[in-house]
Amino acid sequence: MGEEKKEERKIRVLIAKPGLNGHDRGAKVVARGLRDAGMEVIYTGLRQTPEQIVETAIQEDVDVVGLSILSGAHMTLLPKVVQLLRERGADDVLVIAGGIIPTEDIPKLKEAGIAEVFLPGAPISKIVEFIKKNVRKRR
Amino acid sequence: MFRRETLEEIENRLKEWEKLVQEETKIIPEREKEFRTLSGIPVKRVYTPLDIKDKDYMRDLGLPGEYPFTRGIHTTMYRARFWTMRQFSGYGGPEETNRRLKYLLKHGETGLSLAFDFPTIMGLDSDHPLAHGEVGVCGVAVDTLKDMEIIFDGIPMDKVTTNMTINHPATVLLAMYIAAAEKQGVPPTKIGGTTQNDPLKEFIAQKSYVFPPEPAVKLAIDIIEYCTKHVPKWNPISISGYHIREAGATAVQELAFTLADGITYVKQAIERGMDVDQFAPRLSFFFAAHIDFFEEIAKFRAARRMWAKIMKEWFGAKKPRSMWMRFHVQTSGVSLTAQQPENNIVRVAIEALAAVLGGCQSLHTNSMDEAWALPSEKAVKIALRTQQVIAYETGVANTVDPLAGSYYVEWLTDKIEEEAWKYIDRIESMGGMIEAIKKGFPQREIADSAYRFQKEVEEGKRIIVGVNAFVDEDEKLEIPLLRVDPEIEKRQIERLKRIKKERDNSKVQQRLAELRRAAERGENVMPYILNAVKVYATLGEIMDTLKEVYGEYKEPILF
Amino acid sequence: MAEGDIEFVERIAEGVLRGDVRSIARAISIVENEPRLAPLLISKIFPYTGRAHIVGVTGPPGSGKSSLIAKLAKIWRKDGKKIGIIAVDPTSPFTGGALLGDRIRMQELTGDKDVYIRSMASRGSLDGLSRATRDAIKILDAAGKDIIIVETVGAGQAEVGIVKVAHTVLVVLCPGLGDEIQFLKAGIMEIGDIFVVNKADIGDADRVVLEIENILEMASEFLPQKPAWAPLVIKTSVITNEGIEKLVRSIEEHYAYIRGTSEGEFVRDKIIEELVDIIGENVREYARHLITKDSMCNEILERVLKKDIDPYTAARKILAEMLKRREF
Ligand SMILES: Nc1nc2c(ncn2[C@@H]2O[C@H](COP(=O)(O)OP(=O)(O)O)[C@@H](O)[C@H]2O)c(=O)[nH]1
Ligand SMILES: [Mg+2]
Repeated sequence: MGEEKKEERKIRVLIAKPGLNGHDRGAKVVARGLRDAGMEVIYTGLRQTPEQIVETAIQEDVDVVGLSILSGAHMTLLPKVVQLLRERGADDVLVIAGGIIPTEDIPKLKEAGIAEVFLPGAPISKIVEFIKKNVRKRR
Repeated sequence: MFRRETLEEIENRLKEWEKLVQEETKIIPEREKEFRTLSGIPVKRVYTPLDIKDKDYMRDLGLPGEYPFTRGIHTTMYRARFWTMRQFSGYGGPEETNRRLKYLLKHGETGLSLAFDFPTIMGLDSDHPLAHGEVGVCGVAVDTLKDMEIIFDGIPMDKVTTNMTINHPATVLLAMYIAAAEKQGVPPTKIGGTTQNDPLKEFIAQKSYVFPPEPAVKLAIDIIEYCTKHVPKWNPISISGYHIREAGATAVQELAFTLADGITYVKQAIERGMDVDQFAPRLSFFFAAHIDFFEEIAKFRAARRMWAKIMKEWFGAKKPRSMWMRFHVQTSGVSLTAQQPENNIVRVAIEALAAVLGGCQSLHTNSMDEAWALPSEKAVKIALRTQQVIAYETGVANTVDPLAGSYYVEWLTDKIEEEAWKYIDRIESMGGMIEAIKKGFPQREIADSAYRFQKEVEEGKRIIVGVNAFVDEDEKLEIPLLRVDPEIEKRQIERLKRIKKERDNSKVQQRLAELRRAAERGENVMPYILNAVKVYATLGEIMDTLKEVYGEYKEPILF
Repeated sequence: MAEGDIEFVERIAEGVLRGDVRSIARAISIVENEPRLAPLLISKIFPYTGRAHIVGVTGPPGSGKSSLIAKLAKIWRKDGKKIGIIAVDPTSPFTGGALLGDRIRMQELTGDKDVYIRSMASRGSLDGLSRATRDAIKILDAAGKDIIIVETVGAGQAEVGIVKVAHTVLVVLCPGLGDEIQFLKAGIMEIGDIFVVNKADIGDADRVVLEIENILEMASEFLPQKPAWAPLVIKTSVITNEGIEKLVRSIEEHYAYIRGTSEGEFVRDKIIEELVDIIGENVREYARHLITKDSMCNEILERVLKKDIDPYTAARKILAEMLKRREF
């Protein structure tokens, strides 16, 4: 009868803010929006190093890491997160980024393993939709 | 202000008129069930003398330059002098900034403005691990007095005024500025400028905090006290609502929280034994101009009136200058859209017009691409030209406070004031802004407003042209590359290393120890920081010394 | 269960026993999301449980639980103890989502390999502690954590599940909560082994201490005999570190006391509770399944709807049917 039970799978998301910029309006609005879409959102506060972000992602076994960045250090920090996740064998985690990211850098970030980049003005519903469609079936 | 008969007549007529409206709206309904300002204040169909019938002209408005300064702090306002058109700048290393400043000076600007990179804003040296990738990115990097010397190399510091956007480490940067001037032979009495030095709004909004609220405020008061005595031409503090607004606050919240911050500073300065009329004339404010045109104008007018009341009635200020709310305005960054960026020119123009009709002392107009890029030269020029068109072509500056007497604007001014007082009362009943911050009150209010706004936009209840309406389907967002020369970080770290090797390290240690002891004793730390920067102690070292005494702030969890 | 599943669970269980972080994390996800696999996983690790000191930390939101836990963990780390932390926050009843923010306060622990922190949402558990949380504790226990700290929001009687699993329960309060007294009366007073009055650096902590002591005294008068462990009240501050060291030592003392006196009983009670829980859950699930999906039981439901029979009679019939089929 166990098979009858619905496999209740909540999407777990880590919202992190690497970099020194403290503008957290976007990160907080997105965190709330994802919660209201039924996800479990772990928020770790400001100014996290890539190492801290990855350690948290592993411990929390999240499906998604959402990185909010505004300070221009995205090309150093974002690929580092993906790389560290890979090193820890967690390459099935969906990594997305949001913030002010130059168009020219987006292909490079995608190449580095960032699944999607959401620019200013992107509605939360788009982010929700993207996560639901792309979150990986994990094992 | 109106005769009773007139009011009665209007009231009667209004009833008739409502019937007419009922008929007409049956045929053509109104666009919305309810209209609201950006702050959420309900807006009626029409305003009449009835809405301001309790106003007393002399008590509530007065003449320009007279208490309560609703109509402006000066008698002639822009008929004498336009507002100062101040555009901010500053990036890269000290060398690049020096070149930029010289260029601006050559083109007639005397009001310089320094933006610092994030490591500096956070009080970290360029070689700190967290600084990697951010050195010189969003402003200039400053580690030691040497950097300040380079920035002002060849610039006569008694001939320029400098605005420094710096908060928790403001004591250190101001000390470096004073020391750099002294090296040029310019005494502190001859330098002028502004330090933002508003630590409270960092907890509420901008989140570039280092110290817990009490010591952070203590340091801010140290600057006020020190400047009052030794640097008389300096504006020690610029109490800022801009960042609060940008973080998602409404106009009412921006106003209320900023005033509550100001109240805290004034209280603390008085508690330290300073005379209110001695320091208050040097306080200044900084607000945002957002897109809800009349609400912004009403906000500025209410702000002036409220501050005048606070200074006079709460703190017993005597000099009119102490009651003046002098304020700088920047047009709203968050109202700009990355979509169809040219539309931003229009937004900025409307916002700038609100600032001018609101009676600002200085104005920064955003470039259309300012929110997400280093503005292009052309964009910067258009932004400046926008101000010039308003000043020289429109005629709005020819009379003082031209919107006074508008039923709507006066009603809205009152309404905003009323709502802002409610917040201030609430904060006072919590024990003041510091306690409110610890409880997370303003932070939560702002986060709620930001989320509400976002939902309204996504549900189509708020239209943003080019974003959720009138979208160009084939538009591709273009965010230009921010090219940061990695050499700047390398150069900065090398210089830092060299200075640490060449300076008299035992002297540095000694002065840091003296600073530490002074901080422990609760003394004004400015003289000690000045002593430390003079022997090339670094920003990070000084901040670390203070952190050891004051501790570090961690934000409460809030959603 | 497919062979792949079994292999997968075995691999994870092995990892847990090795103390591998990723395996621990995965294992907790299994007990949260895959009721099909969870029993197998627990069966693999259960023999290795029962070694950790489980400390429950409860109290109203904002009283400083997370901040305090960070401090405790740091001190225990200096003693060489391995730490597991589970922080439970409520699931929104409207959206099913949750915002989990306790880690913000524990930032400085991230990076220490011997501290594992997991944020969990309550997901509609009845007493604040879901089945998954209980299993997560077992996982950390089996992974070799010496001390497992469980943070739950306690705002009244409904959230006292923590007593059923923790050796030592801290109730964290602070000045300025306003309704703290209400809160105390709401039943949480009975569950604390140690009452912590945090934020002693602000407000009137002494008054709160006094209030708690009064209530404890009043409560003890109704007890037939004095309990061997009289609840302690300790004043702390995360800012000045006042009382932190004392708190740590008191927690250890309490554990020593439990071990010396009633641990056998405690474990026994805990397992009885757990068995009843699991049986109840299974029966409930199965009953729901039968009533909604099985034609015969469905008929019984229809009869109740028609007022043909009453719910008690119907329940008896369905229960008889369940026992006959023996499918669970
Ligand atoms: N002044 C003071 N503030 C504290 C203390 N402990 C925690 N806080 C603050 O109280 C707020 C809530 O703390 P948190 O640990 O998240 O509480 P929780 O909700 O019970 O987990 C935070 O802003 C903390 O910084 C303390 O001992 N003194
Ligand atoms: Mg907590």
